[in-house]
Amino acid sequence: MEFAATERLDLTTVPVTPVDAFRCRVLDRVAEGWRVLALFTLPGDAGGRELCCLMGRDHDGQLSFLRTAPLTAYPSLTPECPQCHLFEREIYEQWGIMPTGHPWLKPVRFTGCPARPDTPRPAPGVTEYFQVRGEQVHEVAVGPVHAGIIEPGHFRFQCFGEEVIHLEIGLGFQHRGIEAALAGGPDRRTVHFMETAAGDTTIGHCLAHAAVLETLTGLTAPARGRAIGRIALELERLANHTGDIGALAGDVGYLPTMSFCGRIRGDFLNCTGVVCGNRFGRGLVRPGGTAWDLGQPEIEELSRRVADAGRAVLGAAAILFISSTALARFEGTGRLCAETARDIGLVGPPARACGLPRDARHSFPLPGAGAKDIPMQLNDSGDVQARGLVRRLEVEASLDFIAGALADLPAGPVRAALPDALPPHSLAVGLVEGWRGEIRHVAATDADGKFAAYKIIDPSFHNWFGLALALRGQQVSDFPLCNKSFNLSYCGHDL
Amino acid sequence: MLNILLERLRQGHRTIAFPASLPPLPPRYRGLPILSAGPCAPGCGSCAGVCPSRALGADADGLYLDLGRCILCGACAGACPGGRVSFSGDHRLASSTREGLILRPGTRPTVTPLEPARQKLFARSLRLRQISAGGCNACEADINVLTTIVFDLGRFGIDFVASPRHADGVVVTGPVTRNMLSAVGDTFDAVPDPRVAIAVGACAISGGLFADSPETTGGATPHLPVDLFVPGCPPHPLTILDGLLRLIGLKTP
Repeated sequence: MEFAATERLDLTTVPVTPVDAFRCRVLDRVAEGWRVLALFTLPGDAGGRELCCLMGRDHDGQLSFLRTAPLTAYPSLTPECPQCHLFEREIYEQWGIMPTGHPWLKPVRFTGCPARPDTPRPAPGVTEYFQVRGEQVHEVAVGPVHAGIIEPGHFRFQCFGEEVIHLEIGLGFQHRGIEAALAGGPDRRTVHFMETAAGDTTIGHCLAHAAVLETLTGLTAPARGRAIGRIALELERLANHTGDIGALAGDVGYLPTMSFCGRIRGDFLNCTGVVCGNRFGRGLVRPGGTAWDLGQPEIEELSRRVADAGRAVLGAAAILFISSTALARFEGTGRLCAETARDIGLVGPPARACGLPRDARHSFPLPGAGAKDIPMQLNDSGDVQARGLVRRLEVEASLDFIAGALADLPAGPVRAALPDALPPHSLAVGLVEGWRGEIRHVAATDADGKFAAYKIIDPSFHNWFGLALALRGQQVSDFPLCNKSFNLSYCGHDL
Repeated sequence: MLNILLERLRQGHRTIAFPASLPPLPPRYRGLPILSAGPCAPGCGSCAGVCPSRALGADADGLYLDLGRCILCGACAGACPGGRVSFSGDHRLASSTREGLILRPGTRPTVTPLEPARQKLFARSLRLRQISAGGCNACEADINVLTTIVFDLGRFGIDFVASPRHADGVVVTGPVTRNMLSAVGDTFDAVPDPRVAIAVGACAISGGLFADSPETTGGATPHLPVDLFVPGCPPHPLTILDGLLRLIGLKTP
């Protein structure tokens, strides 16, 4: 069934598709250019779980939803459609539904399967890893605790000398049980779970959640509230892109840009602090708009601060991207081709750096936001250099957007009150282009209008596999550089 | 080369004067919660009813706010019909004890410097190993920022190191997930004695928002002998720096 991204889907009208037809339709649509946005389960009759697939088409923002009858096994989609590989592993881990023929059904979050209490919970990180054998082949294992102030994850490199033949990434250490805690909501904790799903993407996840609730209730945030939310989203992008440009510089030993960007990143975070008192935007975006308005003094203060920080970051980036020693390390390192990126469902700056025009701000504009309100930045070399340049160009686009939006803020209230009750048996989707890429939230309500399921798909969900592939054939010493060029979220993946 | 020097001139000197003076915090910043004295209406519970992390409650001594659970969202301030809860602009939230975070009218958290033996060792050189154990990357980011030129943590002799063997203590963030519990213990065990343990953020102090999740274990407090609790969600970098400096016996504004 096809519907628009800002449209509520009445689940009682969605027919059940036989599993073979379900599979064919998913594969046909992928061949036609649709993307698998979410593969998940919903509670069905007699305690079973239905397999559901949400797909999206970028050029017109259409979504498509398919579901099966409750099942316990089905032929895996992954062999023909690799972008499903992690979804199928996740479904198997959470619900014990077997994707028959999946090439490697490893744990995702090492929780054991709550639906099959007889199976033991695996020790975190302990599973099979792909191994290369041969003379002079060696294995490098890193983590979960890394050498820095960074979240935990486990990385295994199969190396031949310095060259990485294969990298495997094992996550799940950060699993806090957010999706399980969201079921039965919304309640007073719900919006705070959104703020901390990936804490560096507070605004992105809150906007996606707001879109879900607004679509479910049919109410849209007032124009002023949505505009302030959009400004905050670009501030979040500016802070993090600035940090990433600095981190790239630091990893090749180009210290001026690293030092400058560390400071400028904080300046952008402080801009968000001007809006709502919190540097990460906690307490700002709420379903139906924002909790804070901007008065004339705040608008002037913000405009001045953003312009100052903007000049500083463009200056810091300018000296980096003309430094021949830095470019020698960036160019050709960690290359991904567009075909691989498309196959694995890559999103965000890494996808745009491969030339894939994927940007939710274009494909799926937020309810109440202007369509295509910001130019898309593309590159085609797919390497560290391209990922850095896309960020550099997006910094400029975000600065222009904020300057324009602050100068022309719509009048009126910032927040509309949403009704307490949500419609029963409904499904709604929130799609937001966060700084890491497309954030997807999918909520389905039960007969009482409570969340029967709430899926959060952080852009890191797909992109971790992109990082693993980008490292093939690289020097193991280039891992930090490649890693920073993706800068993915551990907790956003582990939830 | 010339362009680097020119850019360096344009970027200017950016290290703040703290602790000699306090840089301005945004007017909307929510710092130390203040409970005003006075009885609540019988059976009110409005503040506790909106608190997402069950930080507010009442016992025989009246209303209290557990700053170790509080995420400083400010919902209670709007909900209290008697105006008994408000948020000040005071960034000094850190405490040496868990009990010191239970706020009542007229109380505030305090940091007692380390005892002389550890203070002598760590006052001029403190090397810390950070462990993220379910942290959402906000506390991590606000610790990381201390190492930038703005705060320049190194000028206080404090630094973050890669190996627990090189460290004098650990800084834990996050509610300590089940999947990180053994790694937290192993890392702390690898730090030689004498050592310190610091919990940064509501999650690390009490489990915070995730305290009820079966996938988390209540933060660092049940697992490590914590010397410094730094509340917030996340704490402002100045809150963390203020706590660290007072722990090693430096005066802060």
